[in-house]
Amino acid sequence: MDKVLNKNLEEYKELLKNFINTQDERSLYKVERMSKSFIRNSVLPEEIVNLHIQAMDELYPDIANSFHHSMNFLLEAMISYGLAHQEFQLLREQQIALKSEISIAARMQETLLGTEKPNIDGLDIGVVSVPAHQMNGDYYHFLKGNDGMLGLAIADVIGKGIPAALCMSMIKYSIDSYPEESMRTNVILESLNRVVERNVESNMFITMIYAQYFPDESILRYSFAGHEPAYYFNAMKNTFEEVNTKGLVLGVLPNATYSQKELELEKDDMVIFLTDGVTECRDDGRFIKIQEVLNLIEQYKHLPAQDIVDRVFKYFEKLQDFTLRDDFTMIILKKEV
Amino acid sequence: MTPQSFVTVYKEWDIVGARQIAREMAKELGFNVVDQARIATAVSELARNIYLYAKEGQIHYEVVETMNKKGLCVRAVDTGPGIKDISLVMQDGYSTSGGLGAGLPGVKRLMDEFDIQTKVGEGTTITTTKWVRL
Repeated sequence: MDKVLNKNLEEYKELLKNFINTQDERSLYKVERMSKSFIRNSVLPEEIVNLHIQAMDELYPDIANSFHHSMNFLLEAMISYGLAHQEFQLLREQQIALKSEISIAARMQETLLGTEKPNIDGLDIGVVSVPAHQMNGDYYHFLKGNDGMLGLAIADVIGKGIPAALCMSMIKYSIDSYPEESMRTNVILESLNRVVERNVESNMFITMIYAQYFPDESILRYSFAGHEPAYYFNAMKNTFEEVNTKGLVLGVLPNATYSQKELELEKDDMVIFLTDGVTECRDDGRFIKIQEVLNLIEQYKHLPAQDIVDRVFKYFEKLQDFTLRDDFTMIILKKEV
Repeated sequence: MTPQSFVTVYKEWDIVGARQIAREMAKELGFNVVDQARIATAVSELARNIYLYAKEGQIHYEVVETMNKKGLCVRAVDTGPGIKDISLVMQDGYSTSGGLGAGLPGVKRLMDEFDIQTKVGEGTTITTTKWVRL
């Protein structure tokens, strides 16, 4: 740092002399460049004041004492700024390190929780799930049973970010350990509820849907745990109906029970599952009404399921100026034949 | 100049005296103006900590010399409450709550060497040295 300063003293002195003689903009531009190089080299403000003092002493050896003292006074006043600057620098480095750690965690989350859209006879599936920040607090998972049955889990952790993401891994590995095909949806939720209640702090809750689709019978069976209702689109009547079952969010009571309901799907019928990131989309402080979502879906109903969810997402993304406030997940199951 | 001396910090104005001795010794040792100001600020911070948290203590000054370098060693000694969590007070932005850039991390930055000994209920000794840049 001393070398940088010594090299700069001559240059600074020249610029200062020029400026005092001519008050030209050129010198000011050059000192601006110099100031940026000081910042790059972590030169502190008190050192710049000192540089100025030295330059003035050499240029005007008979300068007034009062001016000289005033400059030393200024130097003293800069010391704490210098410290604050160093502290700021360090915190900035720490922030960069944290950010990169979070992005590694986010990638790991993707790997751990990754799921593929399965091919199910006669069923068209559309999925969109976009996190508001780096880590997604929404979770969905597809399972395909031996008999061609589809298992679908959707969960939303109340509380976002890294704790939510960690919690999701627990849900996923619990589900993986179940003999899923032989379990009823409500039994799966009851079992997950016990896992969550035992392992997660009491201030974290999870809402969840578990659904199974049986292509042979065209029947969807489902259970809800405090989750946003889903919507059933009846193609024949061209109407939407709420789909829901009563049940507490996961993790509140150890022995909570859940119920199961079922729905028979006809050709072009759809079931739309969402998380509250969809209905809590805000447009200038106004909550979006679910009707607006359903109107959009109705408008795009002739499209493949993936195109529908993509278009709905694009619409809401634009509405929120491309900054999501909450994780956004929407899944559509559309009966083909 | 005596090679070793100390001031007792008890009142806020004692901080000024502590700074002044540090600056005079630093000047005599040949520290440049910037380093004189840094040493004075570090001593000011140490003395202020004594005044605020320990109520009473001393700042000791000592000229230290090795074969090839010379410096000023400042020791802040108190018999106050001590510090429970050193790593916490040494963390940036902790004592200064959001970037006033002083506190103990500031002292450490202003000086070249820094050591802290503390025991809850018994007191704290901070030893810090700055070497003259040749």
